Amino acid sequence: MDFRFNEQELAFQREVEDFIKRELPADWTERSIYWPGGYGTLAELEEVDPIIEQFTRKLAEKGWLTISWPKEYGGAGRSHIEQAIFHERMSYYRVRGGEVATLIGGPTILHFGSDEMKKEWLPKIARGEVRFWLAYSEPNAGSDLASIQTRAVEDGDDLIINGQKIWSTAAHAAHYAWMIVRTDPDAPPHKGITLLIVDNKSLGVTIRPLTNICGFHSFNEVFFDNVRVPKKNIVGEKNKGWYYVMVALDFERLVIPMGGFKRTFEEIAQYAREAKLNGRPLSQEPLLRNKLAQIAIEIEVAYMFFWQTAWMLDRGLVPNIEASVLKLVTTELSQKLANLGMQVLGHYGPLERNSKWAPLGGRVCTGYLDCISALVGAGTSEIQRNIIAMRGLGLPRS
Amino acid sequence: MNLGLSEEQEMLKTSARDFLQKEFPKKLVRQLDESETGYSPELWRKMAELGWMGLVFPEKYGGSGGSFLDLIVLLEEMGYNILPGPFFSTVVLGGLTILSAGNEEQRNEFLPRIASGDRILTLALTEPSARYDAAAINTRATTSNGNYVINGTKLFVPDANVADYILCVTRTKEEQNPEDGITVFLVDAKSPGIECTLLKTLARDKQCEIVFDNVGVPQNNILGKPDQGWTIIKDTLQKATVAKCAEMVGSAQAALEMAVQYAKERVQFNRPIGSFQAIQHYCANMVTDVDGARFITYKAAWKVSEGLPAALDVAIAKAWTGEACSRVTLLAHQIFGAIGFTMDHDLHLYYRRAKAGEIMFGDSDTQRAIVARELGL
Repeated sequence: MDFRFNEQELAFQREVEDFIKRELPADWTERSIYWPGGYGTLAELEEVDPIIEQFTRKLAEKGWLTISWPKEYGGAGRSHIEQAIFHERMSYYRVRGGEVATLIGGPTILHFGSDEMKKEWLPKIARGEVRFWLAYSEPNAGSDLASIQTRAVEDGDDLIINGQKIWSTAAHAAHYAWMIVRTDPDAPPHKGITLLIVDNKSLGVTIRPLTNICGFHSFNEVFFDNVRVPKKNIVGEKNKGWYYVMVALDFERLVIPMGGFKRTFEEIAQYAREAKLNGRPLSQEPLLRNKLAQIAIEIEVAYMFFWQTAWMLDRGLVPNIEASVLKLVTTELSQKLANLGMQVLGHYGPLERNSKWAPLGGRVCTGYLDCISALVGAGTSEIQRNIIAMRGLGLPRS
Repeated sequence: MNLGLSEEQEMLKTSARDFLQKEFPKKLVRQLDESETGYSPELWRKMAELGWMGLVFPEKYGGSGGSFLDLIVLLEEMGYNILPGPFFSTVVLGGLTILSAGNEEQRNEFLPRIASGDRILTLALTEPSARYDAAAINTRATTSNGNYVINGTKLFVPDANVADYILCVTRTKEEQNPEDGITVFLVDAKSPGIECTLLKTLARDKQCEIVFDNVGVPQNNILGKPDQGWTIIKDTLQKATVAKCAEMVGSAQAALEMAVQYAKERVQFNRPIGSFQAIQHYCANMVTDVDGARFITYKAAWKVSEGLPAALDVAIAKAWTGEACSRVTLLAHQIFGAIGFTMDHDLHLYYRRAKAGEIMFGDSDTQRAIVARELGL
């Protein structure tokens, strides 16, 4: 065992850190209000930030937008531990290291796409020129995702799509839907699903904004009314979409903002050291001190699942339990951290981010709202526990 | 980064599991739990023959030169099979302390005998105040004709009832800083003036009260330097704390496996109860706790093993592991229902040990206080 990074990993960590410090404005971490584990307050959702656009281009130049991809497809060919290091550092500085096209779409095309599809899509994804949104959930298919009803019917060289998607994060800020549709209504639910790419500009696509409780336009509902999509946009084989979606879960396992948890905790702890209660630092109040320590402990435990997952993936092992636990414990930590922040900040906690009185840039106030999203999105906590129990521990379905 | 066990450690783990399951069936574990001594001399010898007592001692002291991390692997397996007996006291509390703080003569005297299974040791640290800090040491050792006389009461001393030697932590000087003026003695357990009483405890671990009434100890039996014993104890406590975590992780793993197995077999409403989401989520919570505890324990143990500063990591490991393992055994009881509440069922053996381990070497509140201090709060 060796819990240290090796020379190469250390050098890479330094390179990432130097890059972030060089390429982002010094006050970025203060301006970015992203809450670790939350899905509703990504800076780029509110406005297409020219700083992020420029930063993304620079990431692309280094191959870091697609850090896990082989070099021949414009990636950096890095190990899973190195990917983990990258996401850890990026999130520490409250900046995102990828989106649906680079983290889910691209890797899936790499595994299952035709050569033609790889040539068409991978280079422009790696260059950061196209962004995808995840068109999975529907009004009646949330946790029970395999029950989607959006239909696609063949018509010559095309498919014609009718139906509705919802909770479509960043659909309005992306260019293409990474979408699952029902192509065989007579097959068992998970055997009649096809994965495909749909251009947002297609005739019949209507994107309507939904405002989340943080006040952000983060997600949308998207309607498909006789939308024509060329068959060449089908990923892999028809009716095998469910399988691809399940495999793709592996690709995003390390996209956990571990560094963001650490950073936010450090800020809350520093506030507690500086704030005074009865003339003493607030951090010396025994009950609060105990809570601060507990969150620090839980962050360390979460880090262990993070590195363990990366380490297992590098060895070709399947971290069924570890990856779901990682999602589960970090998102639940997101809520605990928000509660801790509120407690430490007291009356100042609920001040919104534009108030001159709001400490920590008002992030705790937004975070207290955004932390709700984490336990719901990307597989609820209940679904994660189901996966751990059934896939991990082999408990029976019925 | 490498988060896996070495090939040798994997082999040690497997052979330990096989040996313990074969030699220590739960029926024997129960007998030993209920016995006065808590161990079987015959099996103690067999364990020594396997090289377990000398695992971490250098070869020149009759050991096999293993690392602290190797010992952690073994302790996790001992926890998995809830092994009773004075192994922890002898090797972790006694042996490791002598190895790190003893002079050459003391090492030569003790370590080969521990390795061969011929000497049982323990550490008499805590007193009726039940605290692990230096200020709690009130047992006095005073000089008399160049030698020392010890007076005082030690409480919660593990396995003192079977120990041949006791490492006794005493106050030899009153100083401003309570960490100064502490001296550790190697005391022959048969010395006149020692009265040892076995306490009845939740986990049937053999904790004792020892009263030292004018117990004479030669000066040569001082471990390390006089008045500077607290650094020795701090080091031992760090090792013992993470070693206890490893044992607890092992028992929690066993409790988890028992509960999952039962959930697959037990049928109610015409289906295995493990198909109910409530039970599945209990199991998911349990494996989350056990795995987290294992990872964080091994990280702390690795730091100790490498000789790196580990105060924060050890406190984090114990704070988390202590509570996690108690939660796991409690949920296991919920899954087993009424049958788990019977004396005949084994689960209560794990439930008892989890709480005992949580308290030992400082409970989670105590550890969190250390974490807060180490974080500069």
